[in-house]
Amino acid sequence: MVEQDPDYDNLDEQQSYILRLFVTGASPNSSRAISNLKQICETYLKDNYELEIIDVYQQPMIAEREQIIVLPMLLKVSPSPERRLMGDLSDTEKVLIGLGLKKY
Amino acid sequence: MSKAKEQKMNEKYPTLPKTPTGIIGLDEITGGGIPKGRPTLVCGDAGCGKTLMSLEFIIRGAIDFDEPGVFMAFEEKTEELAMNVASLGFDLDKLQKQKKIKLDHVHIDRSEIEETGEYDLEGLFIRLSYAIDSIGAKRVVLDTLENLFSGLSNETVLRSELRRLFHWLKDKGVTAIITGERGDGKLTRQGLEEYVSDCVILLDHRVINQISTRRLRIVKYRGSLHGTNEYPFLIDEEGISVLPVTSLKLEKPVSSERITSGIPALDKMLDGRGFFKGSSILVSGTAGTGKTSIAAYFANQTCSEGKKCIYFAFEESPNQIIRNMHSIGVNLQQYVDKGLLKFFASRPTLYGLEMHLVAMYKVIKKFKPQSIVLDPITNLITVGSVSEVKSMLIRLIDFLQEEQITVMFTALTLNTIISDQTDEGVSSLVDAWLLVRDIEYNGERNRGMYIMKSRGMKHSNQVREFVITDKGLDLVDVYLGPEGVLTGSAREAQILQEQTGEVLRDYAFGRKDREISRKRKVLEAKISSLQTEFESIEEELNKVSQEEELVKQVAAKTRAEITQRRGEKG
Repeated sequence: MVEQDPDYDNLDEQQSYILRLFVTGASPNSSRAISNLKQICETYLKDNYELEIIDVYQQPMIAEREQIIVLPMLLKVSPSPERRLMGDLSDTEKVLIGLGLKKY
Repeated sequence: MSKAKEQKMNEKYPTLPKTPTGIIGLDEITGGGIPKGRPTLVCGDAGCGKTLMSLEFIIRGAIDFDEPGVFMAFEEKTEELAMNVASLGFDLDKLQKQKKIKLDHVHIDRSEIEETGEYDLEGLFIRLSYAIDSIGAKRVVLDTLENLFSGLSNETVLRSELRRLFHWLKDKGVTAIITGERGDGKLTRQGLEEYVSDCVILLDHRVINQISTRRLRIVKYRGSLHGTNEYPFLIDEEGISVLPVTSLKLEKPVSSERITSGIPALDKMLDGRGFFKGSSILVSGTAGTGKTSIAAYFANQTCSEGKKCIYFAFEESPNQIIRNMHSIGVNLQQYVDKGLLKFFASRPTLYGLEMHLVAMYKVIKKFKPQSIVLDPITNLITVGSVSEVKSMLIRLIDFLQEEQITVMFTALTLNTIISDQTDEGVSSLVDAWLLVRDIEYNGERNRGMYIMKSRGMKHSNQVREFVITDKGLDLVDVYLGPEGVLTGSAREAQILQEQTGEVLRDYAFGRKDREISRKRKVLEAKISSLQTEFESIEEELNKVSQEEELVKQVAAKTRAEITQRRGEKG
């Protein structure tokens, strides 16, 4: 499912992660997503990531531009491929797969 | 649908406010449009016109009713949509720039999505809300919302979110159309009709006998009267048009104005003045009896009075008709050039009956003719059953009567035994029925015409011979001979025979006259000779008596002289 380079571990060391998390204010799902993501990042990507948290309520225009339907949503901009992770990120396994940190 | 009744109701109670869709015919069926400020579900199979109908709702709203609209497409990209409606003459890009329409393509691809926990559709709400507010939209379309179900796996969340969405749309006060694919045994695959309960419109696309017909039915319309039938609809270069021609009332206006058939002798049979205006005339007959010629004459007559006529040809091409009619001295081309006569030729199999009806309806509405010709209706049987043709014709006649358009149908009777029953079962619907039939006698075939019926006027009960020459059509009195009705050369022979008889009689009369005059002369001669004889006898007799008189006188004179003499002597 995920097209991974066999020696992805090396690449990950070199390439820093750029992540965008789209949330809706302080809704329960959003709060959970933020805390879950922070935990995952601290655990697996320590000092190797840039996280931007965007409140779609504040910037509704972004919803159309980024094709947002479901919230909260985590967008992995880099390293490629771009991935979208929906939901409050409580399923750590899936998040790690989605971020390419773990083999499927 | 009874409009009058509905209007009466409107006066009494405040009824549901409605938003006109601007789609031809749909607003009539729904009695004014779809419910204002509420979601309406449009469902149907793939390719039945859901997207086009909803898009037309948005475009018409923006152009005709000054109500901006948001079109959220879950299936097609905005460029594709714009391209699709460009063929209908709508410029979506321009409307978007004028901020009258906002198109938004929602892209969901399961392969790009990883679900990692609880989520909701708030993004969609925000997006929609922003789109609505950015142009002040009054109308919203969500084109195949069910695509969400293929993109997202958590149905429970989706369902509760959809419920929330419909409530939210109502709160927003926008009139919305949600489209959905038809599912097995259900109106929509995901049971959207559970959420949208105010108005549900079902589109259908059926293929019967290899001919497809699109139909529309209002399954449900809470709080409003609506037409419940299945209505055919047409998608053509002007968008969608629905045909609500099923007036069940018989309250049409009537006219006692008369219009001529174009054949003076035929008018004479019809009380001397022709057909009623706005009536329907059926000309039926076997093959080659001149039905088309009668119809062409009628069209020609209408146009020569400067009125408009449409000729619906289902058998021949316009050029063929014009050429053929030229041979009997009817020049239809001049009226085509003047724009008075319009040909509308199509093979019956081109589309279904209902489509024919819609197409005719549209052309008639646009061209506003005084009379129309349908030649022949028999061919329509190839696309539908007799009962279907009949119901179609009932609706057409209804519509035409309402518009006060005179219509002439031609129909082919297939059997030689003329049945008094029906021709496509329309004979009971039409006001006048002319029958042209073959009279085969004496080794030749001639045409006889008579009026089967003609409502509301005195009409001839005589069979006339119908003659087509290169000068035109005419009706001739048939001759009744000892062996029945005489037509064609038998009639000519009869005429000749009678002429011969007349000459002979004349001759005989002359001879007798001469005889009499001769007799008279003889008699007169005899009379004069007798007269002469009598005169001579009379003269003879007179002579004798005069002599005697003379003798007497002479004797008396002599005696007196003698006496005198004797006296002197004596």
